[in-house]
Amino acid sequence: MTANPAADIAGAIRRGEKTASGVLEEHLARVQAREPEIHAFNLVLEENARDTAAQIDAAVARGVDPGPLAGVPIALKDNLCTRGVPTTCSSRMLAGWRPPYDATVVARVTAAGAVAIGKTNLDEFAMGSSTENSAFGPTRNPLDPSRVPGGSSGGSAAAVAAGFAPLALGSDTGGSIRQPAALCGVVGTKPTYGVVSRYGLVAFASSLDQIGPFARSVGDAALLFDVIAGHDPADSTSLAGAPPVASAALEHGVDGLRVGLVTELVGAEGLSGEVVAGTRAAAEALASAGAKVEEVSVPATVYGLSAYYLIAPAEASSNLSRYDGVRYGHRATGAADITDMYIASRSEGFGPEVKRRIMLGTYALSAGYYDAYYGQAQKVRTLIIRDFEVAYQSFDVLLSPTAPGTAFPLGAKTADPLLMYLNDVCTIPSNLAGHPAMSVPWGAGADGLPLGVQVLAPALGETVMFQVAATLERLAPAAGRKVES
Amino acid sequence: MATPISTADVAHVARLARLALSDEELDQFTGQLAAVLAHAADIEALDTAGVPPTAHALPIHNVLRDDVVVAGVDREEVLAQAPAAESGRFRVPRILGEAP
Repeated sequence: MTANPAADIAGAIRRGEKTASGVLEEHLARVQAREPEIHAFNLVLEENARDTAAQIDAAVARGVDPGPLAGVPIALKDNLCTRGVPTTCSSRMLAGWRPPYDATVVARVTAAGAVAIGKTNLDEFAMGSSTENSAFGPTRNPLDPSRVPGGSSGGSAAAVAAGFAPLALGSDTGGSIRQPAALCGVVGTKPTYGVVSRYGLVAFASSLDQIGPFARSVGDAALLFDVIAGHDPADSTSLAGAPPVASAALEHGVDGLRVGLVTELVGAEGLSGEVVAGTRAAAEALASAGAKVEEVSVPATVYGLSAYYLIAPAEASSNLSRYDGVRYGHRATGAADITDMYIASRSEGFGPEVKRRIMLGTYALSAGYYDAYYGQAQKVRTLIIRDFEVAYQSFDVLLSPTAPGTAFPLGAKTADPLLMYLNDVCTIPSNLAGHPAMSVPWGAGADGLPLGVQVLAPALGETVMFQVAATLERLAPAAGRKVES
Repeated sequence: MATPISTADVAHVARLARLALSDEELDQFTGQLAAVLAHAADIEALDTAGVPPTAHALPIHNVLRDDVVVAGVDREEVLAQAPAAESGRFRVPRILGEAP
């Protein structure tokens, strides 16, 4: 069952043809075999998962429907709060912390019958694009363990690619779901800002962060999206009203849809030739399937990277000021007074990338630089939103590459933060605009590793976005190398 | 374009952010922050006169709810996670100096 779609697993369990406990054991056996090499998890929840699976089986035996995710193992990024279960953000700052509440998404997937199998590794506090910034060691790409899985949700992407779970949740602030999905050959979705509750997601950059699904198919990603989407009074940025339905039009094809290939993103700095060629081939495939495909300019997206790397660190520097060693998390011992305690706790608890972003954000917000950096970046954000608005007057969805290349070797970009940041060049604009976007596998590069193509849609455009993604999935060239069984 | 960030700027920002940096970190961060800020020269140079800033991408304003009492998180559970607690409160090192 470790290669089966979540929808099939849930169906078999709901019909009593399979047990949740049996499905879980198959996945745990897979974890036992491959996890020592991959390190997708910070924590495998064997005992909790066995208890939950037994409850699901008991419910089915009583004739109670456990829900649309009945007995489906799910991996949770370790920045999602799980009550009484360690939630570390892959940081020494939060090692051992047990949240006193569940994130809304955790409560929702549990209520839908899913079985949380583990907490997945990430770049510390979700800051990074390779999962190498984890305080607990890197995650490796299941398709080639000498390569990174991408990041920051690299553990979730790797867990799904490796068959540890058919579904996972991640968070995406500048591409942290879509880029690792592309590098691991799976589907990853960043929903419209406000469609999925952020309550219980440890904050990085609050105006950009969104939680979203990983899956091995577009249909499974839609299934999970439809479970987690919806208004939550506990998140004041949560959108009221019924959310878009991702699974509504998966079989509809693209006949007559208007698809724009974004000139600036296809021509973005640092993209490999095969990435550009793959994206163009995907556009041509959609045209053959009946879509009206044209190239479209969204000029201000070229400024996305610069704006993002001022706005996100600025918000992070404010959000991470809460880690002061007072109420939870790491506290340094032996400090003479409270200011020394703050400084020592933060300096010991945070890793280098987190410190770098706090420094960058504090600088961008500081007196004398606020207008030139943070203020200017916020104005550029307006320009990006305006240019997308113009494009979406003529197009239903937009198309671009997801990541600049295939998965890169561990250590290849760690010495140069700016080079690492360039991984997000195509994914950042959607976060700045609050729009949904998703990565779908599209064949492989010359190294046999997966390529991804990104579908972008306007706010609340998930239905058409998943419709186009499902079509791309049907048209995609064969994947390259497979995960070892 | 703004003056490049200096080691003194980085040391100042570290104090504001309550971070203690070694001399080595100070040098490394100065170079790395300078590279990111140099990339941002493209937006520094943009004419954005008359463009309003966006702090939040979607139009959500004045979110209100009924003023109903609901259970919060459990106090004991919260305090159990504190580095130090005493008598139902968070315990911290000395805040004020000795009385003269």
